[in-house]
Amino acid sequence: MAKFEPVLMANMQKPDSHTIKVYEAGGGYRALKKALKEMTPEQVTDTVKASNLRGRGGAGFPTGLKWTFLPKNHPGPIYMCINADESEPGTFNNRYLMELDPHQVIEGIILSCYATKAVTAYLYIRVEYPLSRKRLQSAIDECYAAGYLGKNILGTQFSLDIFIHVGAAAYICGEETGLIESLEGKRAWPRIKPPFPAIEGVFRKPTVVNNIETAACVTHIIDRGPDWFKSIGVPADPNNPRDPGSYGPKLYCLSGHVNKPGCYEAPLGITCRQLIDEYGEGIWKGRKGKAAIPGGISMGLLTEKEFDTPLDFAGPGKVGCLGLGTAAVVVMDETVNMVDFLYNSCRFFAHESCGQCTPCREGTHWSLTMLERIRAGKGRLRDLDLLLEIGDSIGIIPGTTICGLSDGAAWPIKNAIRKFRSDFEEYIKRTNPTGYMVTEPVPALAGAGHH
Amino acid sequence: MSTTTAKKILTDEMIEAIKSYIPRYPSKQAVTLPALHIVNDRLRYVPLQAVVEIAEILGLAPAQVQDTLSFYGYFKQDKPHGEVRAWVCRSVSCFLRGSDELLDHMCHKAGLKPGECSANGKLTIEFGECLGACEMAPCILEGDGLVANVTHEMADKILEKYK
Ligand SMILES: Cc1cc2nc3c(=O)[nH]c(=O)nc-3n(C[C@H](O)[C@H](O)[C@H](O)COP(=O)(O)O)c2cc1C
Ligand code: SF4
Ligand code: FES
Repeated sequence: MAKFEPVLMANMQKPDSHTIKVYEAGGGYRALKKALKEMTPEQVTDTVKASNLRGRGGAGFPTGLKWTFLPKNHPGPIYMCINADESEPGTFNNRYLMELDPHQVIEGIILSCYATKAVTAYLYIRVEYPLSRKRLQSAIDECYAAGYLGKNILGTQFSLDIFIHVGAAAYICGEETGLIESLEGKRAWPRIKPPFPAIEGVFRKPTVVNNIETAACVTHIIDRGPDWFKSIGVPADPNNPRDPGSYGPKLYCLSGHVNKPGCYEAPLGITCRQLIDEYGEGIWKGRKGKAAIPGGISMGLLTEKEFDTPLDFAGPGKVGCLGLGTAAVVVMDETVNMVDFLYNSCRFFAHESCGQCTPCREGTHWSLTMLERIRAGKGRLRDLDLLLEIGDSIGIIPGTTICGLSDGAAWPIKNAIRKFRSDFEEYIKRTNPTGYMVTEPVPALAGAGHH
Repeated sequence: MSTTTAKKILTDEMIEAIKSYIPRYPSKQAVTLPALHIVNDRLRYVPLQAVVEIAEILGLAPAQVQDTLSFYGYFKQDKPHGEVRAWVCRSVSCFLRGSDELLDHMCHKAGLKPGECSANGKLTIEFGECLGACEMAPCILEGDGLVANVTHEMADKILEKYK
């Protein structure tokens, strides 16, 4: 692998990297000046489109293409929602960007609004990120003072306001239509699509929802050009006309049982093993690896044998995972029992299901109830098939729910039981030697019922 | 609403702060979350009377504000949370590094259940889902400050501070 030079993290080591002074000294706001003076909004969109940038928030949808879904010649207003709800377990790359280099994010937001003709950007940030919020707000204030935000930016006809909107500790606010409902002051119940936000989003107006890292990438694409962006990463599969490739740098989050957890910038497509060994300095305590989450808990699990999977948009799907997700890798060593992992995963999704769709609300809660019973030594082998039945039937992929939270709940169940079934069988037989073969209904545990 | 005899709970400062958000959005309802935060930051809870007054400012039915509030577990309504809320992360990366034991240890030591406020009103221990600081697992968000790689000894020191 040729030496890769970090771009998104290039500024982060400098003292006061979050200030406009340091950012501008490193070439900051050069892209904005170029775009506003030399490019039309359509040219900015075309440049982003040509780069094949795919959204970094989890779904990997091509950003430039999403922008072109906005209605042409709409009387406006068009809104930009920047998704800084970052709540996917294992994920913290947006936090790095906001805390240590908020201006490259803001520059990308301004460029994205210029391209889409958005007049207001709402930056929806989770309440658990006080330092990010503070740094962003001071970056925004610096931009107003510098004439990069407000009326007639850099003397052009383009005007823009960015407002920070603080969430209230609910994972579902990260789903784009949940975010929109929450921003409107309602419970964050995701909307049935279509209509997609580009047609009818926040305040019933055309809306783009983009992730923080996506915005940061836009800055560099305008600054360095789409060819530079496409020189990094994994090219499109020539045999698959629907594959836009996995181009550009990516911030990978690494946590769990590794020696050096952290946020690392690498070209899209490095393997999980490279990330663990070359960046994370290996599995901790001299142990072996057992499993890894490839991109946030919703994506499912890689077995140790699958650690050579490239972490690009197409990679994890080839080994039965949901996808690349947020590229947040969580490593589990050989001592981890998958019963415990799955209990944790089910607990998270039962807590975070918004409750709107019955399969998701009931499926996440019953899977947690079963895992609690298994952990209490009352598991039955039959429970594994019941769990798989839930896993196979909740989500937008099987077509039973409104949003993807339940696909995220389903994948860890399916992957854990199908890839690590012996862990579950051994645990159940060992802890419930007299009852593991029971197939009749069993009473719920006393005191069951959870947050 | 104006006929209510209940004592007003929002101060002029809070009302001004809430109103300052109105020009940011094309709908007043969008100020619901900011308003709940403004009240919660100052009172450490959002009692029903505050909900009624927020609704009045925003031209909403109190039920609309209450509906939103009740969706987000973040806002307490019966009594204030502690001066500081300590959020102990329990999601996967922290779980793998002992967060469930850490939360149990803290709750046991403080004699509190998650979500409960200490008798002196200084501390509420909460469980949180991923705090976005997984490289520092297990971690606690203590007020606005993140505490990284928390051991049981470090947790004891946190509890000590609020005794
Ligand atoms: C349950 C759920 C939670 C999500 N959470 C986030 C999040 O925290 N941040 C984010 O950017 N995208 C999140 N997404 C993806 C968004 O719906 C959306 O695809 C994304 O913000 C679009 O931005 P992008 O195209 O720049 O990636 C979530 C999706 C689902 C289904
Ligand atoms: S799938 Fe789950 S989280 Fe998504 S809308 Fe339905 S109930 Fe809510
Ligand atoms: S899992 Fe605890 S901070 Fe992410």
